[in-house]
Amino acid sequence: MKLIKFTKKGIYCIPGKFYLDPWFPVDFAIISHGHADHARWGMSHYLCHDDSKAILKHRIGQDISVESMPYNSEKTINGVKVGFFPAGHTIGSAQIRLEHKGFVVVFSGDYKVKNDYLTVPFEPVKCHEFITESTFGLPIYNWMKEEELQQKMQDWVLNNQARNRTSVFLGYSLGKAQRLMKLMEGMGEIYVHTAIHNINEAIATTGIKLPATKKWTAETDKKEVQNKIVIVPPALLGSNMIKRIPNAATAICSGWMQIRGNKRWQSVDAGFPVSDHADWNGLLQAVKATEAEKVYVTHGSQAIFSKYLNEIGIPSEEVKTEYGSNEDDTEAEPKSKQAS
Amino acid sequence: MKHFSKLISAVEITNKTNDKIAAFVEYFQTAPDKDKLWLIAIFTGKRPKRPIKTTVMKQWCMEVAGIPEWLFLESYSTVGDLGETMALLLPEPTHHIEKTFSHWMQEIVDLKSKSDAEKEGFVRKAWSGLETQECLIFNKLIGGSFRVGVSKKTLVNALAKFSGIEANQLMHSIIGNWDINEISFDDLLQGEHINYDNSKPYPFCLAYALEKDLTDLGDVKAWQVEYKWDGIRGQIVKRNDEIFIWSRGEELVTEQFPELVAAIERLEGDFVIDGEILALKDNAILLFNDLQKRLNRKNVTKKLLEEVPIGFYAYDLMEWNGNDMREQALAERRSLLESLFTAENTSNKTLFISEIITAETWEELIPIRAGARAKDSEGLMLKQKNSPYHTGRKKGDWWKWKVDPLTIDAVMIYAQKGSGRRSAHYTDYTFAVRKDDGLVTVAKAYSGLTNEEILEVSRFVKKNSIEKFGPVRTVKPELVFEIAFEGIALSNRHKSGVALRFPRISRWRKDKPVEEIDTIETVKQLILSPN
Ligand SMILES: [Zn+2]
Ligand SMILES: [Zn+2]
Repeated sequence: MKLIKFTKKGIYCIPGKFYLDPWFPVDFAIISHGHADHARWGMSHYLCHDDSKAILKHRIGQDISVESMPYNSEKTINGVKVGFFPAGHTIGSAQIRLEHKGFVVVFSGDYKVKNDYLTVPFEPVKCHEFITESTFGLPIYNWMKEEELQQKMQDWVLNNQARNRTSVFLGYSLGKAQRLMKLMEGMGEIYVHTAIHNINEAIATTGIKLPATKKWTAETDKKEVQNKIVIVPPALLGSNMIKRIPNAATAICSGWMQIRGNKRWQSVDAGFPVSDHADWNGLLQAVKATEAEKVYVTHGSQAIFSKYLNEIGIPSEEVKTEYGSNEDDTEAEPKSKQAS
Repeated sequence: MKHFSKLISAVEITNKTNDKIAAFVEYFQTAPDKDKLWLIAIFTGKRPKRPIKTTVMKQWCMEVAGIPEWLFLESYSTVGDLGETMALLLPEPTHHIEKTFSHWMQEIVDLKSKSDAEKEGFVRKAWSGLETQECLIFNKLIGGSFRVGVSKKTLVNALAKFSGIEANQLMHSIIGNWDINEISFDDLLQGEHINYDNSKPYPFCLAYALEKDLTDLGDVKAWQVEYKWDGIRGQIVKRNDEIFIWSRGEELVTEQFPELVAAIERLEGDFVIDGEILALKDNAILLFNDLQKRLNRKNVTKKLLEEVPIGFYAYDLMEWNGNDMREQALAERRSLLESLFTAENTSNKTLFISEIITAETWEELIPIRAGARAKDSEGLMLKQKNSPYHTGRKKGDWWKWKVDPLTIDAVMIYAQKGSGRRSAHYTDYTFAVRKDDGLVTVAKAYSGLTNEEILEVSRFVKKNSIEKFGPVRTVKPELVFEIAFEGIALSNRHKSGVALRFPRISRWRKDKPVEEIDTIETVKQLILSPN
């Protein structure tokens, strides 16, 4: 009997009678992580990782019915053993492992193989079938080492400080913002936009310690942020709120910045390839480590990545989902309202 | 090439021109002289020809990266630049090669006489020892297509800041005739090889858009009225048998317009004149995009000279046999210009003198302005006859009185991702109007939308693609835009039967359903009644 089925509402576990990251309201949803395209509104009941619980409540509603469990533990639902494993994507992101009568399926959600020293590092999980994302599924995407990336970004900030400029980073409030805080730790005072501040507070309730930040609002004195670091959601690019910052140098932080052309036409100064998704080699490494006999490829470069997997002898199929419905936009396109 | 690589990084990490200039100045302070000469050589087209075919480079890259061709092509179509695609695909270097920029350049120059096997060996060895950014630079240097992402003018401004030498003189120096093996960096900057007195330009006199009532301008007879042309404003300097053409952006563009140089050579005396360079073919003014082709090519080929011939419309004369005439009245300067641009001298169809429109009253000018479009002109210029040739923009003496653009409502039917710097989004669109029961293409336009709108259109394109032809997507005809343009003419080269001049998006008509777009008949009526 088949364990999972791709339906119009989402990825369905047949014997378990629950969905994984569904995009239509269902009775029971298991959620990989708190991004808006994976954790949606309207489910009767949610199950997620412990560290995602407060985020889900913050984003979807305080009154939702949500239970949680830690990594490497297990819960049986209608005879299906459900387990969470670190995905390294954002705080509280999990790969979802399903086991039924000895047959194992793993749903990756979104993941990153590289250690960012903030989220619990990705852990490969052996399975029969692996459902993987493919946001950066092209061989041109190869991230530099975290230390090298950090060096580049810190040099940029130092240079800005030397010229009395405020360093403004654009990054999503969940995931990218915390990562930027970590990368900028020790570089001076960090101000964050209210949206980021609120997510940080939700994360803090889980006991995770984030680098210290101050809240930046429309009321904050503009002189106060001069020469400092400000992190804001990408939707603010070009807004009056950013224009109010005196002498700002702006940077987009996204995997898409790996390609020079993607930065140039945005009206920003710098583009740093900071991504919370696996790069090409990361995807390949993750897929191979599962030793799966079948790989389903979801959002991103699914056609390309699954074609390539088939060519190197890993049976694969692309699957249409509603994840990252514009995920290539969400990391790169600063004005898009969706989060990846 | 660490200095060079650092320069490129510094330039790419900011979009503030002053920061870019500062990065160049730092480069000039720290890099070896020979490297600096090469940098200037690259900016001025003095670069070696591509020694290796791109198809061969691509093949080697696929082998080294271990990827199939289809995956290479997918990557290329995402990146939009071959040298960059290869740099991103190549594996991490196994070691680090450090050679100066000029050393690399010399090796690339020397490749020409090497065997295929030696060329291959050279490239593969370089790839194994350069990190991504250096590899990108290397690939583009070999491909002969390296661009630093700043204009020649910015480079010159940086050189001026570094050396304290006047920018226009530096422009002449770097554009001038010099050989990288025979000149020192200092001599190049000092202009040892040139005579700047022969090329020195004057600042252009610029006009404001008319903001007064015509009647406030006084007697119409006190004004010189001419058509306004939209080409490249140019200044021709002829002194001591040397000829220079300066653009308004203070770039020397002499080499881009050889037929103009040839026509000027036949004129007697020394002079400096101001005018407009236009693409002219069979007495019709071609599109500005065509003219742009002449500017963008390093080498103007015979084919291009035939495809896009140009003409020069003289407006004014600032210097006459060594005398600065700028303080003289326009009327006097004009009569000197007329004595230079005689019927004989303008019979070659390259040189023209800007025609003077005579009118007894301001009212007479109104229909003439309205009909300007039929002459492919943008409107009228009004210049006080007793005015001097001002430095820069001064209000009051010179006014431009443009006609309003024409507009139609059209629907988007094709979209294409921008190339290079706009490669992530659909930015180039093709528009159609109704013809019988179907649609017919009338215009292509690139600009006019805000970044936010481009993102919205891109999302629409992704969701509503009907067909793919390479990079082009056929999209559901649903988005309606107002297209503005400067002129319209019948054309049998276009399927629609009409050609629009300077089409651009003036606004997104979200309020308009596709049923209400213009028909080809209503568009054609604009030819007959332009306003
Ligand atoms: Zn996702
Ligand atoms: Zn995500």
